[in-house]
Amino acid sequence: MTHAQEHKSHTKLIWKVFIILSVITIAEVFLGIIKPDVLYLTKFLGTSPLNIIFLILTLVKAYYITWFFMHMADEKKSLRRAVVWTAVFLIIYLATLLLIEGSYINDVLGPLTKWNY
Amino acid sequence: MEVTIPTENDGTSWNGGNNKPLGTSYGKMMMWFFILSDALTFSGFLGAYGLMRFKFHDSWPIADEVFTHFPFLHGVHAPMYYVAIMTFILIFSSVTMVLAVDAGHQMNKKKVTFYMLLTIVGGAIFLGSQAWEWKNFINGTYGAVELNDGKIIQFVDATGEQITLESFVKSKHSGRTQLTKNKGVWFMKESEIPPFTLNEVVESFKANPEVSIRTEQINPDTKTKTIVPHNQALAYLNEAKTVVMGANLQVNEYGKTLFANFFFFITGFHGFHVLSGVIINTIVFFNVIVGTYERRGHYEMVEKVGLYWHFVDLVWVFVFTFFYLI
Repeated sequence: MTHAQEHKSHTKLIWKVFIILSVITIAEVFLGIIKPDVLYLTKFLGTSPLNIIFLILTLVKAYYITWFFMHMADEKKSLRRAVVWTAVFLIIYLATLLLIEGSYINDVLGPLTKWNY
Repeated sequence: MEVTIPTENDGTSWNGGNNKPLGTSYGKMMMWFFILSDALTFSGFLGAYGLMRFKFHDSWPIADEVFTHFPFLHGVHAPMYYVAIMTFILIFSSVTMVLAVDAGHQMNKKKVTFYMLLTIVGGAIFLGSQAWEWKNFINGTYGAVELNDGKIIQFVDATGEQITLESFVKSKHSGRTQLTKNKGVWFMKESEIPPFTLNEVVESFKANPEVSIRTEQINPDTKTKTIVPHNQALAYLNEAKTVVMGANLQVNEYGKTLFANFFFFITGFHGFHVLSGVIINTIVFFNVIVGTYERRGHYEMVEKVGLYWHFVDLVWVFVFTFFYLI
C-alpha cells in the first residue's frame, strides 16, 4: 500500500508530548502539596495566584492533548475552528455567568449564615 | 470556491459517500462533533460545581483533608499522591493509544495490537483506582456530627489536628448487634448500626477537655477551618442531630453534602466514560487481532476510538484540577 509510506512515524513527538504533560502534572502536584503561602494566601484576579497557575497549566495540558494526541494540528482549519472555537466560546460564556451568579449568591447568603451557637 | 454536492453512494455503506467537507471522513468528523457535545455536557456539570463552590466558598470542604489515602499506608496523611498516580496512568494510556494510532498508519498490526492492549490495561487500572477512591470516600476517615441545620462538626485535638471519633469516644455497647442475613430468619438484615450513639459522643467530649471542635467555616486569612474552643463547643453539640460516618448522597462527614453529590456525579460520569472507552477499546482490540482493519486497508477505527479515549483523558485533566487542586 502506498498509503503506508505517506505517514512518517511520529513516535518522537509523542514521547516529547508525554514528557511535557508529565512535567506539568508533577509541577501541579508539587504545588498542590506544598501550597506556598505567597501563592496560596494572597489574592490575584479574585482568587489566589495558585489557582490561576493551576488553571493555566490545565489549559496548556488540554492544548497538548488536543493538538498532538488527538492530531487536531493535522486537521483542516475549518474542522478545527468548528470544534475548538465552539467549545471555547460557549464554555467561557457559561462559566462566566455561573461564577458571577455564584459569588452574588454568596454575597447575599453569606451574612445570613449562622456560625455561632 | 468548491461547493459540496451530495453524490450518490452505493447504498450499502453509511459512511456518507466520498465527500469530505471538512477534510475528514464522515466517521471521524462525527466523532469530533460528539466529543464537542460531550465536552459541553461536562462543562455544564463542572460549571454547576463552580456555581455551588462560589456560593459556599467560605465553607467548602478542603480537598487535601478529604482525599488523604494511599494504598498500604494506613493512617498516613498522603494527600494528592494517589490521584496523581491515577492521572499518570490515564496520561500514559493516552500515550499508548496514540502510539497504536501511529502504528496503524504504518499498517503494523503487531504493534497496534500491543499498544491497544496496554491502553486497555491502563484504563482498567484507572477504573480500579477510582473504585478504591470512592470506597475511601464512602467509608470516611474521621467521623463527624451533624447539627440540626445540616452543618458538620468535626473533632480536633489540642494541636488543631483532626482526630477520629474512635480515638476519644467510649462506647457503652447497647448490647444490640447488627442484624445480618445469617442471623435472620429469612432474608432479614438492617443497615449498619453507627459505632457510636450521639449521646456517647457528647459524653466523651465532655470527659476529654483537650478535645475541641471545628466548624465548616473557613478563615480567609489562613484558609483553614475555624476551631471552636472546648468551653464554647457544648453550645454547638447541644444542636447535634446525628453521628455521621463517611459520605453518601444524604450526609458527608467532610462538610457540605453537595460536595459529595458533585464528587459522585462528576467522577462517576467520567468513570462511566472510561468504562465505555475500555469496552469499545476491547472490541476494536479483537477486531485488530482478527484482521478486520487489515482487510479494510486502513486502521481508521483505531483512530476514532483513540479520539474518544483522548477526550476521556482530557476531561480527567479538568476534573483533577477542579476537584483536587483548586
